[in-house]
Amino acid sequence: MKQLELKHPLAVRWLHWINFPMLALMIWSGLLIYWANDVYQVEISGHEVFRFFPQPFYDALGISSHLARGLSLHFFFMWFFTVNGVLYVAYTLVSGEWRSLVPVAGSFRRAGLVMLHDLHLRKAPPPQGKYNDAQRIAYSGVIVMGFGSVVTGLAIYKPLQAAWLTALLGGYECARIEHFILMIGYVLFFLVHIAQVIRAGWSNFRSMIAGYEVIDAVPASPAPGKTGEGEATR
Amino acid sequence: MAARSRRSFLVAASAAVAGGLGLWWLLDPRRQGIFDRMLGLNEKIGGGLFRRQARAAEFSRSLAKIPRVNGTEGMSEDFDVDRWRLQVTGLAAGRQLPQFATDLAYHTEVSDETAAKFPATPAAGLLLTLDDIKALPRVEMITELKCVEGWSTIVHWGGARVSDFVAKYSPATELGSLPPYVSLVTPDRGYYVGWDTPSILHPQTLLCYEMNGEPLPLEHGGPLRLVTTAKYGIKQIKRIGRMAFTDQRPADYWAERGYDWYSGL
Repeated sequence: MKQLELKHPLAVRWLHWINFPMLALMIWSGLLIYWANDVYQVEISGHEVFRFFPQPFYDALGISSHLARGLSLHFFFMWFFTVNGVLYVAYTLVSGEWRSLVPVAGSFRRAGLVMLHDLHLRKAPPPQGKYNDAQRIAYSGVIVMGFGSVVTGLAIYKPLQAAWLTALLGGYECARIEHFILMIGYVLFFLVHIAQVIRAGWSNFRSMIAGYEVIDAVPASPAPGKTGEGEATR
Repeated sequence: MAARSRRSFLVAASAAVAGGLGLWWLLDPRRQGIFDRMLGLNEKIGGGLFRRQARAAEFSRSLAKIPRVNGTEGMSEDFDVDRWRLQVTGLAAGRQLPQFATDLAYHTEVSDETAAKFPATPAAGLLLTLDDIKALPRVEMITELKCVEGWSTIVHWGGARVSDFVAKYSPATELGSLPPYVSLVTPDRGYYVGWDTPSILHPQTLLCYEMNGEPLPLEHGGPLRLVTTAKYGIKQIKRIGRMAFTDQRPADYWAERGYDWYSGL
């Protein structure tokens, strides 16, 4: 017997899907700013081993100077990105959703099992729940990253007026690097997230649109279609 | 189930299309005015929260370097440093000072377009020499010069605080009763910046005539430039020729090219 179960509340779905273009625009406009002076590279004992955007990249995309545009976009969408993030955190706190999102005792050990399973190195599936332990860590971690982006961003945006914050983050240059590394973190998160959503299949994806997921009913559960929000936890 | 799912996907698809169209409309270059209005709003917030007591980090002398020369606008070749004077208008006091003059003209050749923006002979005011600036309390600061492009360089600056300058040349004026803006222009009128008065009166804003212990070199804005921790390098005009305290929001070279007029850090 199958039944419907509310997995993602309406607020979470909206905030999630609004965040997607906001974050994308923040990354894009941030890169327009970064490209005005693209000095970050990975060095090992003074030798450049990796540069983020080599010259052929610019030639291929025809990117020239869009610094002013990048700045005006970044300082526009920052408000929407931040407010959306604050609303998401506030909602998860008020609704109690946070309980299924934060890592719990043993999460880091079991997240290792999730990875082994996903890499086909371990047969037995790890405990899933609403989110498995790797998801708990990833979804909480990305919120911490969002907070980090706002804080490091503020330290770069107002290094005089928020000088104490800039100093706390190791200074202006450090805060810029931290802000940049967090951006790379989002890109990596995005790649893994997309791969996992594809792997998890249609029903999981649909739950992020429609909110409901079809599950195998346990005998004591109410009839299909009558599941209200109150019975949504398992 | 199917109906509920269909409805949700319909809502999602509509929202995605509406959102996509909305962003497509918004990101059209013709809508740049919306983003500029947000910069104006950010300026109101930044100006409202501005604290004169805030101080940007200062560094040890050993970390100071020579900054990159990043822009030659307003730095005409034919500049005669010996004839240089600082023109100052808009300060209430001054008439009784020996430096008060009625003809502030530099007699430099400029295009009609430039002349229309900045008249050759501004209203009467002060005509100051570098010695007048050097007579003010000398202040040193070792701070990061922050470029809007993203790089920054620690530089050891020496000069006089703009706030000390105002206190000396407009002693009767309460700082709060000064005009809200300051316009600074190079002698050839080729580069010009607009400032809000609270930022220019910040203690880390200097009329600078020394860099790393030497007289300020010409290519870095000698004989006199502005340096600050309160704004990006685009606002730290080199080779100041004219300084006007004004009620009009002044023209700004890079603001006319899409950059934030306020650029407040």
